[in-house]
Amino acid sequence: MTGALDPTRRFLLGAIGLAGFFSFWAFLASSGLVGKAFLPGPLDLVDRLVSLSTNAFAGGTLLVHLYSSLERFAAGYLLAVAVGVPLGLLMGRFRLLDDIVSPLFDAIRFIAPIAWVPFAALWFGTGFGGPVLIIFTGAFPPCLLNAYRGARHVDPRYIEAAEMLGTPSWRIILEVLLPASVPAIVAGLRIGAGLGWQSLVGAELIVASTGVGYMMVQAQSAVSTSTVMVGMAAIGIVGVLIDVALRGLEARIHRRLGRA
Amino acid sequence: MSMRRRSAVGLATFAVLAAVWFMLTTGTGFVSAGRFPTPADTWGAAIQAMMRGYGDATLLVHVLQSLKLVALGFLLSIAVGVPLGLLMGWSRTAEALLNPVFMLLRPIPPLAWIPLAILWLGLSDAAKMLVIFFAAFVPSVINTHAGVRSIEKPMLEAAAMLGTPRLRFVLEVLVPGAAPMIFTGLRLSLQASWTTLVAAELVGALAGLGHLLNLAQQDLYPGMILVGMISVAIFGALTTALLGAIERRTLVWVRIKGGAA
Repeated sequence: MTGALDPTRRFLLGAIGLAGFFSFWAFLASSGLVGKAFLPGPLDLVDRLVSLSTNAFAGGTLLVHLYSSLERFAAGYLLAVAVGVPLGLLMGRFRLLDDIVSPLFDAIRFIAPIAWVPFAALWFGTGFGGPVLIIFTGAFPPCLLNAYRGARHVDPRYIEAAEMLGTPSWRIILEVLLPASVPAIVAGLRIGAGLGWQSLVGAELIVASTGVGYMMVQAQSAVSTSTVMVGMAAIGIVGVLIDVALRGLEARIHRRLGRA
Repeated sequence: MSMRRRSAVGLATFAVLAAVWFMLTTGTGFVSAGRFPTPADTWGAAIQAMMRGYGDATLLVHVLQSLKLVALGFLLSIAVGVPLGLLMGWSRTAEALLNPVFMLLRPIPPLAWIPLAILWLGLSDAAKMLVIFFAAFVPSVINTHAGVRSIEKPMLEAAAMLGTPRLRFVLEVLVPGAAPMIFTGLRLSLQASWTTLVAAELVGALAGLGHLLNLAQQDLYPGMILVGMISVAIFGALTTALLGAIERRTLVWVRIKGGAA
């Protein structure tokens, strides 16, 4: 292994890497080796981004599509958190529930979230409910698993002490298991948000009539490569923003726990 | 808690679930057959898919098509991803050069590549392999990179001091040292391969399990939807188990080799 680089060199190399990537892309797009319709250059994307923010495509501007994607995401994700975290904690407390849910969960986990699309469309339609179910199936497993693991790793002495004092189970869950598993739960929320956002994109590609994914499918049929690529960038950027927000939450919680 | 009790409760759960399924659909009709199939519908759909075929082909043909694409896409992505991860872990210069580009592309979810892949390559197998490549490539790079970084420094310095030739250094120090993390990456890559393949086939394909699911959805055929989902789960689980078996063998081999060296 080579030694650590000094920051200037590191920064320069990074800049060279990025410049190389963008100039290769721009070269390919403008050289005529690949048709411009199939590979627009980086600057074409900026143009397209500007025009998409004012002109509607597939029923709305980029912001309108992003808004309906985020609405679905919020609904599916909050549902996953609201069911997954309490269920995980309960499974950590009650062995019987654990024995019942675990094998079911293991069996269902192997079904890719996206394979739920046909049933999601059949049960809840293609507008709002269907995609929400897909986001739920993507975000649910990490929420549940992390709450469960967090609850199982609580020092048994605390639980024994609480039991000896005659604390009822619901108070043990709320006042012993929950606070002790907060770091694990928050990590699960972050993973779940990432997976949920990815699943949403898939759901919108297949069943939806609004949203960024839908915009990309329409752009694909219209052979508007630049619109597809703007969609990819928008999805990537929003994904990063969601992750940054949850990282902030995580750091804040860690600070508070450290002080307590 | 004994394993016996655990599996007994597990079995009982599945038995109760099967009974509830039967009661809700065939028994009472509480859940209409148009929403969720009865056990008999599902059995009938399974027989139809296996014997007469559905969507221009039998279930076996769909399964083989999907397995082929998952295997090819997965192998292609790890053939590029693992060496790149090794390089980025070993050389700080390569890391500084490549990491920013990697960080730029990484946030794009794998499924978001599907429309672009269809634009470029149509509904062909190559389009699916491209999508799987983008999906499965990222976890194998990240974990290999982390695996090389987790190798203890004295080990690397000893190898360097002894003047180990490059190739032997990579094969006998870097790869074995990073092996546990590499396999973590491979497992995530395999999972990503299945998810993206099913999604890509749902969006557009001429065969494969995703294609079967898509047709069943359009035909409003819940029995076939369930057959498709169960097939995806079974073959996802089987390939994961296969990778797990390879992992165990390889790690044992790595340990023996490490002990002998």
